[in-house]
Amino acid sequence: MARQATGIKEIIKPENLVYQKTKLMTDNVLSYCPGCGHGTAHRIIAEIIDEEGLQSETIGICPVGCSVLLYNFMDIDWQEAAHGRAPAVATGIKRLMPDKFVFTYQGDGDLAAIGTAETIHSCNRGENILIVFINNGIYGMTGGQMAPTTLPGMKSSTSPYGRDVAIMGNPLKMTDIVATLQGTYYVTRQSVHTPANVKKTKKAIRKAVQYQKLNKGTCFVEIVSNCPSNWKMTPVQSNKWLEENMLPYYPLGDMKIPEDQPA
Amino acid sequence: MEKELRLMKGNEAVAEAAIRAGADGYFGYPITPQSEILEYLMEAKPYEKTGMVVLQAESELAAINMVYGGAGCGKKVMTTSSSPGISLKQEGISYIAGAELPCLIVNVVRGGPGLGTIQPAQSDYFQATKGGGHGDYHLIVLAPASVQEMADFVDLGFELAFKYRNPAMILSDGAIGQMMEKVWLSPQKERSKTVPEWATTGKPPTRERNIITSLDLDPNAQEVFNQKLIDKYNEIREKEVRFEEFQCDDAEYLFVAYGTSARVCQKSVQLAREQGIKAGLLRPITLFPFPSKKINELADRMKLILSVEMSAGQMVEDVLLSVNGKVPVYHFGRMGGIVPAPDEVVEDLKSKITGG
Repeated sequence: MARQATGIKEIIKPENLVYQKTKLMTDNVLSYCPGCGHGTAHRIIAEIIDEEGLQSETIGICPVGCSVLLYNFMDIDWQEAAHGRAPAVATGIKRLMPDKFVFTYQGDGDLAAIGTAETIHSCNRGENILIVFINNGIYGMTGGQMAPTTLPGMKSSTSPYGRDVAIMGNPLKMTDIVATLQGTYYVTRQSVHTPANVKKTKKAIRKAVQYQKLNKGTCFVEIVSNCPSNWKMTPVQSNKWLEENMLPYYPLGDMKIPEDQPA
Repeated sequence: MEKELRLMKGNEAVAEAAIRAGADGYFGYPITPQSEILEYLMEAKPYEKTGMVVLQAESELAAINMVYGGAGCGKKVMTTSSSPGISLKQEGISYIAGAELPCLIVNVVRGGPGLGTIQPAQSDYFQATKGGGHGDYHLIVLAPASVQEMADFVDLGFELAFKYRNPAMILSDGAIGQMMEKVWLSPQKERSKTVPEWATTGKPPTRERNIITSLDLDPNAQEVFNQKLIDKYNEIREKEVRFEEFQCDDAEYLFVAYGTSARVCQKSVQLAREQGIKAGLLRPITLFPFPSKKINELADRMKLILSVEMSAGQMVEDVLLSVNGKVPVYHFGRMGGIVPAPDEVVEDLKSKITGG
């Protein structure tokens, strides 16, 4: 044992450091399952707020869902919204403090079911906020029920024989909908299931953060993500399933790009 | 600066008083009989004068959550609605109470249940004074009986809300919202530049991050928080009771009534006395905290107490608890949007006296 400890000490040296905790992530243990995309999405946002020097300017709004405890993980000011109401809360904050950077972080049940009206109307008014939308096609926190974004035929605890679209309706493509609204400025769909996609998502969120300074409308970034626990898969299987099933239905890429790029 | 005398509707007085109180933001949604508040503010364009934000939300749900967001930033924010809309806001109000945020909510009550009627009623008393949404909480509830009080209680409501970090409600009704009276308006106050230490305004390196939430997954911690709320409500009960007495000194029979019913009962006191019945009126101005102690004291000198409300009998339960069996307590009420006439109140009192 003693030898092993010495061995680790030899490895943990500044010159060997290739990856470390982002400054704005707290030391609290993440409440997510192994392999979940939330941790990666959190990290990207924390990195960008730090890199853009926005910690003292940022107010985040947490949703109700798996990321309900998000305020424990990122060292910024937070407001916890009621289920689905984050865009309305963000509207109140941004209207009263227009110089601050305001963003919501919401899951598919929060944003695309109970909060549909708040999402659409805040986007339609062109609130100068960023909405980060984590879409994993399922209600994670409550234990794997069908979400508005659950794929046709996909099994969940409330669609145990698979989503029958004739009875349960079709999955809602909220990102496509908000892209049609005049109030949105930048709308894109990304994922965090491969390192390359993580890089693209970071680029997209950085753009969205910078665009908010222009006061030209809502920026909306969907991140197609996984839910190994409720999809009943290993993390690796879930990422493969995401690629083969989620992405054909929710194709990645920009849906609305600002004509006037910031300088 | 002098006060300014104007002839206004109660709803307009709320709107003008909000601007003059230095409110930072108003978020509303149209509903009869209170739409004049939003209309007045949109026409007044305070965002060009004081910088006050005025926004028509897509729903009452959105409006109250915009209030939550603004209140969480330490701003002086408010919303107004009428009964069905206030029901929709209850989710947000519970979260605001749970997050201990100050804000002002105005309910210009109409008859219910359901879509009910657009005429005045006092049938939201339970909802206003007992919490209204889920969980153990109270609002500070002010009951105006005139257009003047509609204006005055905006400032008072904000003051109490910030003093106790608790949502305050003005419980009005369609009659007071719609009627015109002269009102003395306070001079324009400047919007506050003070940022409360708990407000979310962006975390500087000099402090810990601020979190506005009503969530605590640890039952022990949640119970500690619940106890903290109870202590706060008890302090409010101790310090903030407001009421008005009208000819109570020699009274043998007491009306207890608030808002429009209290206006009616003032006349009923006069009519009763003309008939040799020594009646008096206790008008609660705060419905939470309720003037229980005062009513209990008055009960020692009364033969009978009549709670007069435009409802099926809601406040009467608090009167009964206050009196605690000392003397008989009855209820008289009209419903469905009907305002009782002073003489029918007297007739009811007489029937109760004679045991009818």
